[in-house]
This record gives sequence, structure tokens and C-alpha cells, in this order.
Amino acid sequence: MSQRVLETLKEKFGDAVLETHSHLGDETAVVSPERWKEIARFLRDDPSMAFDMAVDLCAVDYPDRTPRFEVVLHLYSISKRHRLRLKARVGDAEGEKAEIDTLTDVWVGLNWFERETYDLMGITFKGHPDLRRILLYPEFEGHPLRKDYPANKAQPLVPYRTEEEAGVPLDKLAPFGPDEGMPFGRRVFAVDRGES
Amino acid sequence: MGELKPTRQVTIEGGASGTSGFATTKLEALLAWARKWSLFKYPFVTACCGMEFMALTSPRFDGSARFGAEAPRFSPRQSDLLWVVGTISQRQAPVLKRIYEQMMEPKWVLAFGTCASCGGFYDNYATVPGIDKIIPCDVYVPGCPPRPEAVLDGLMLLQDKIQRGATGDRRPGIVKPREDPVRDLVQLRKKSSLEQGNS
Repeated sequence: MSQRVLETLKEKFGDAVLETHSHLGDETAVVSPERWKEIARFLRDDPSMAFDMAVDLCAVDYPDRTPRFEVVLHLYSISKRHRLRLKARVGDAEGEKAEIDTLTDVWVGLNWFERETYDLMGITFKGHPDLRRILLYPEFEGHPLRKDYPANKAQPLVPYRTEEEAGVPLDKLAPFGPDEGMPFGRRVFAVDRGES
Repeated sequence: MGELKPTRQVTIEGGASGTSGFATTKLEALLAWARKWSLFKYPFVTACCGMEFMALTSPRFDGSARFGAEAPRFSPRQSDLLWVVGTISQRQAPVLKRIYEQMMEPKWVLAFGTCASCGGFYDNYATVPGIDKIIPCDVYVPGCPPRPEAVLDGLMLLQDKIQRGATGDRRPGIVKPREDPVRDLVQLRKKSSLEQGNS
């Protein structure tokens, strides 16, 4: 569908397009993070590209790879009706230097997406006008969607009550499991297997 | 609308022990009776359990009017029963605690649903693993979301607890989790297939 977009990108930016990928009408281009903003601006402004809508921006953590993070941008052109997925790889193995240019001056709507990506994944967007946490509280340390963040580590704002304070054992109060009432706990075959 | 005069009004003539100590207990019981039938609720609704809460309060189940707890008060200062309906995130915890602290004594807390009771299947950076980690809780109602019948059970457990008063059993009430109907069905099916195999 938007093969033409990939070809134009490769033609125009050459080495900055690291790899491309097409599958079932989904076109992906991995580009060099140094030219991230330049390519984005071209995609928006060129009349044959005309990507006037930034659908989503997020990041993926691949702890075994270097660069470790992939910033993923989904674009759609309302007038041309084609889509493109743009990726850039940033960050070293320790998660440092995860920096990329902001796109808020290309698509204003990406402001909050970039804040969310910064909040949960710790990607720094250079030049962002207001790079604060958006979902979590300012006291939170670390970035919870990184793979090296412990899955169930909480950072409570209010200190938990101790058992002396409560006068009852706190972990034994609710005598039902966390999946009480959930459909996945009620499969027939699970019961079948348990009893035979 | 005069003031209650405990020693004169509630002493039972000819009772086994017509002492003042006996009369004081009766006043407590009277107060508890009045309290348990006139709960003013503060709905702290944060998540999907809120839909079930609406179903509970609508005419089909009429869940709170029958127990004298119909009128919601959206000011914690005017209410004495805090319904925590839904998941409480870490970011929301200070708000919940503050709401609880603003309520007047005597006050009660009902944890509506599994998330409010123990955090549910959320075991991560974002969710409080049960509101009892932050505020005292009087009744736990399991379910995701709980059936209205379960909540009615919980409300009656709370009434029991209020009736027991400050000197009675202060442990929180816990609604029994729903029996899994599938288990019985499977056993029935096994039994019938065995019988067929034997004959």
C-alpha cells in the first residue's frame, strides 16, 4: 500500500534509513535517530507523503539489544490514506543516553505521548517544552515499563499501615485469591484436570 | 425530640438485673440500631465496579434503600459509610486517606470488589494491594465485580458489626466468595457418564 513511501524515503535519505520491512500492508522504516526530526518534517510537508496525523508514539525495551530502546511512531495520512511505522533505536545497555529529538513542533499532538514515553520508559525527548511525568507522581523513581524494573515493586505515596496499627494480620484479611470472580479461573477443563 | 435520658428510659422494670450498667448497654444497642438503619454513604467510585454499584442501587435490587442507606452524601463530613468501589492506584491513595480522615466518627468502610479488597490481579507499580493497607476496612466483598446479592450480604454483615458495637467483635466482615457452579456441573456430568458406562 505505502511501498511508495518507503521507496521515497530510501531514495531521499539513503543511509539514514537503516532497514525497512513490509508485511500485509504494514510498512515499517527504521531510521537513524540523528535525523529523526528531519525525516518527520519531510513526511509531514512533502505533498506526496502528507502524513498529517500522528497516531501513536511509544517505545519498546529490548534488554538484550544495543541500542536498547526502540521509539515507535505511527503515522497516517488522511488525504493520501496511507500509513507508516517509523522506528528509531536509542540508548545503551544500561538504559543511559536514551535521547531523541522531540517531534512536538512537527505534530503538536505528540506532546503528551512523549511525556508518557518519558514517564514509563525513560526516553528523553530533547527540546520538549514540558517534559514531566504525566501518569505517575513526581516522587516516583525509575521508569516502570523498563524490563529491569521489578514487576511488582510499588512506591507508595502513603506509608502502609503496620499490623500493630491495624491490630489484625493484614495479608490474611481477604480469604479469596486475586482472581476471584474472573472468568479464567472458571474453565471447565481446569476443573476436569484437577479432579482426575 | 428531647434528649435521651438513658437511666430512666431504657431500664426494664422487673428485669433480672435492673442496675444502671444494664441500662447503659441497652442505650448502646438502641444507638447502634439507629445507626445501622440510617447509614449515609459516600461512594468513592474509581473503576468498573461502579457499574455494578449502579445496578445495586437501581430499583431491581434496591440495594441500599431497603437498608436505610439510600441517600448518598458527596461530602465526607456528612457521611458515615465509605464505599470504596474499584481499583485504588498509588497516586490516588492520599486522596482516599484524606477522604477517610475527613469523615466524622463513627465511620465504616466497605471494600467493594476484589481490587478494593486485595488489589485484584494487579500486582504492580501502580496499584494499592487492598485499601486495608491505607485505611481500616470493615467489610470485604469479593467479586470482579461482585453480584448485588454479595453486596447485600456485605451490607448485612456491616449492620451486624454496628450492632455489636465498640465492645463486641471488631474483626472485619468478609462475604463468602461465590461457589463455582461449574464444579458441580462437571461432577454431575462425570457421574452420569460413569453410570452410562457401567450399565
